[in-house]
Amino acid sequence: MSHYNIRVLVSFGTMFFLLLMVGFYQSWSLSLSILNLCLISAIMAMGVNIQWGYAGLFNVGIMGFTALGGLSAVLISKESIKEAVSAGGMKMLTALFIFSLAIGLSLFLYKKFKNKYLTTAIILVGYFVTRYFYRDAAQSIEAINPAFSGYLGGLDLPVLLSWIAGGMLAAGAAWLIGKISLGLRTDYLAIATLGISEIIIAIIKNEDWLSRGVKNVTAIPRPVPYELDLQKAGWFKDMVGKLYADNLELLQISEQAAALNNYISDASIILVKLCYSGLFLAVLLLIIILASLALNSPWGRMVRAIRDNEIAASAMGKDVTKRHLQIFIIGSAIAGVSGAMLATYNGQFTPGSYIPLRYTFLIWVMVIVGGSGNNLGSIIGGFLIWFLWIEAEPVGFWLADFSTSFLDKENYIRQHLLNNAQYIRLIFMGAVLLVVMRFSPNGILPETNKKL
Amino acid sequence: MPELTDIMNSIVLLLNFVFLPALSYGSQLALGALAVTLVYAILRFANFAQGDTMAFATVITILITWLLQKADITPGFMPTALLALPLAVIACLLYVLMVDKFVYNYYRKQNSKPITIVMASVGVMFVTGGLVRFILGPEHHIFSDGPRFIITAREFKSMTGLAEGLAIKTSQLLTITIAILLVGFVFYFLQKTKTGKAMRAYSDNKDLALLSGIDPDRVVRVTWILVAVLTTIAGVLYGLDKGFMANSYHQLLLPCFAAVIVGGIGSPMGAIVGGFVISFSEMLLTYAYKKFLLYLLPEILQPSGLVQFLGTEYKFAVSFVILVIVLLLKPTGIFKGKVI
Repeated sequence: MSHYNIRVLVSFGTMFFLLLMVGFYQSWSLSLSILNLCLISAIMAMGVNIQWGYAGLFNVGIMGFTALGGLSAVLISKESIKEAVSAGGMKMLTALFIFSLAIGLSLFLYKKFKNKYLTTAIILVGYFVTRYFYRDAAQSIEAINPAFSGYLGGLDLPVLLSWIAGGMLAAGAAWLIGKISLGLRTDYLAIATLGISEIIIAIIKNEDWLSRGVKNVTAIPRPVPYELDLQKAGWFKDMVGKLYADNLELLQISEQAAALNNYISDASIILVKLCYSGLFLAVLLLIIILASLALNSPWGRMVRAIRDNEIAASAMGKDVTKRHLQIFIIGSAIAGVSGAMLATYNGQFTPGSYIPLRYTFLIWVMVIVGGSGNNLGSIIGGFLIWFLWIEAEPVGFWLADFSTSFLDKENYIRQHLLNNAQYIRLIFMGAVLLVVMRFSPNGILPETNKKL
Repeated sequence: MPELTDIMNSIVLLLNFVFLPALSYGSQLALGALAVTLVYAILRFANFAQGDTMAFATVITILITWLLQKADITPGFMPTALLALPLAVIACLLYVLMVDKFVYNYYRKQNSKPITIVMASVGVMFVTGGLVRFILGPEHHIFSDGPRFIITAREFKSMTGLAEGLAIKTSQLLTITIAILLVGFVFYFLQKTKTGKAMRAYSDNKDLALLSGIDPDRVVRVTWILVAVLTTIAGVLYGLDKGFMANSYHQLLLPCFAAVIVGGIGSPMGAIVGGFVISFSEMLLTYAYKKFLLYLLPEILQPSGLVQFLGTEYKFAVSFVILVIVLLLKPTGIFKGKVI
């Protein structure tokens, strides 16, 4: 076995062992929750890896793309609010229509006459007309039952569709940004993605008619059965009864029913999480198969050639900007898919929870620690860093507690540090990134096919 | 035709709510953008840690200010924070020099791709942001003291007899004065002194500069000194004006970058002009013109809505839109992106 294969086996084996330990010593439910989020994180990391590892594109706006995915979960799966649609749906459509008309017209005229002033004038007029209709529409939608809905609702379609839709939404946004900033200096993309991600979050937080804003959308429909339904289902009861038959026999007859109920409720939680794990694993496998096929195809070789030497590649007649745009769109789409999966798994969409630390930075740490350019590396990075992230939460608190333990309990500084202990994670993760970049830039699993 | 007093009133209204705030915010942005552009021109990377470094310097200032206030050392006629400024500059300088030594220096010596250094700066951004939030938390802190206004709206009204008042805040006057002095100094330094010339040479052509005996380490050090001074002062002035909040400092990054790109990357003059372009567009686009129009228009034409181009919650989207327009139409910026 080669050195690399041993590394793969050892790292994945360690991860498996860690999750088993959580299962045995904490609880299986926790272990499965960590596993599920690890799977989602791994998919996000794959998206970033495709951009950074395959093509050297630096995207600091992953948060925005995952939020778009989450938004699509709401828009696809929630039931539509009939009153809101009839009150403001047409008006909003009109506003949207006028907006796209203005954009289309200005683009057309710019291509035809190359006149900047005419184009600007049309955009401005279009903006004001749109705004006039839009304000009216937004107000009439938000006025309807604001405490419970106050938004348009969704399309009432199966939530799994939103995983595809989220990818497409993110891809659309990525196309727009890529068109503008790729082909210019490499760091323009970083600046543009940073900006767009903050703006996407601002829009989602403030446009209540679309996403309910900071009032959050809860109870997003599930692709898997509900625990309560399972607990009532006869086949499930029988199955759990058979599974635990030996344990139950040891008990008194009078205690058996209560114990069985306990087992059933525990088992239903675990089965639901297992269903999610299966779905997530399927998506992960699909993406990794497609990604490695792509990487080892002529296209993949071209992309890596561009990454390693843009000038040489473009001298060979490769269209660098176009390849970059493709990769940027693909990577962002994967981030969008994972965002939709996350919202589905959480069962809710909370715009306030989208912070760059969690959705941009942590993913970067995963990719760099795992090994950029290697898909298996991003997966192990996603698993390991998410695991540490969860299990390190108490460590920061402990550090703050320990370092101030000589102070009085009521001491202001001690109280203050304990309150802000959560931000130690920020420092810690930043330091991990810097240290790995500096001392082990290849990560846990280095890129295998570096040589063409 | 509106009367003269109506016209005067409308002008004072705009001066008070748009022009003065935009001028002081623009000065703060210009200083921050100047720091970004210096790093861009001489160290050759986009410093994503700029916003959080500004926050860090401001945190140090706030801590020293609190100590001074506790010891009752307050000048009275101006904010105590100004006394704390020199120490904060030194602390910020030590911090950026340390970061340079442990992070950027390595990549510079390796001749890494710019994007790798940008990534390292994102790492620094998060570490710095973490430090800032760890020390002061995410809350809003107000640390300005002394008189808040030079002229209050009421004084102005009784002086001129107009219905609208023009209030000049101490922080605004301080910002504008200090910004002018500081920018003057930086330009004098870059144009006239030997070190400044060496820096410009280094930025124009690194190899040629090294060949003619310019010490690269010294150039880098002096750049960080300038950056630390600009960063600290920009951060403290912004904080005196609007209060300190870790997240809003982090979000200053986007307008700073936008200012640099609008002006032309690496051009100090461009950074300053860009700063004002951004601040004035933000203010002009998010101001509600209803009251202004009420003064000028005859009753029939008077607007019913707020007459606002964009909600204030999208203020920072303005800088992004400007950025996009510049990237689409003129990626080199106003000053052709010439390097210093």
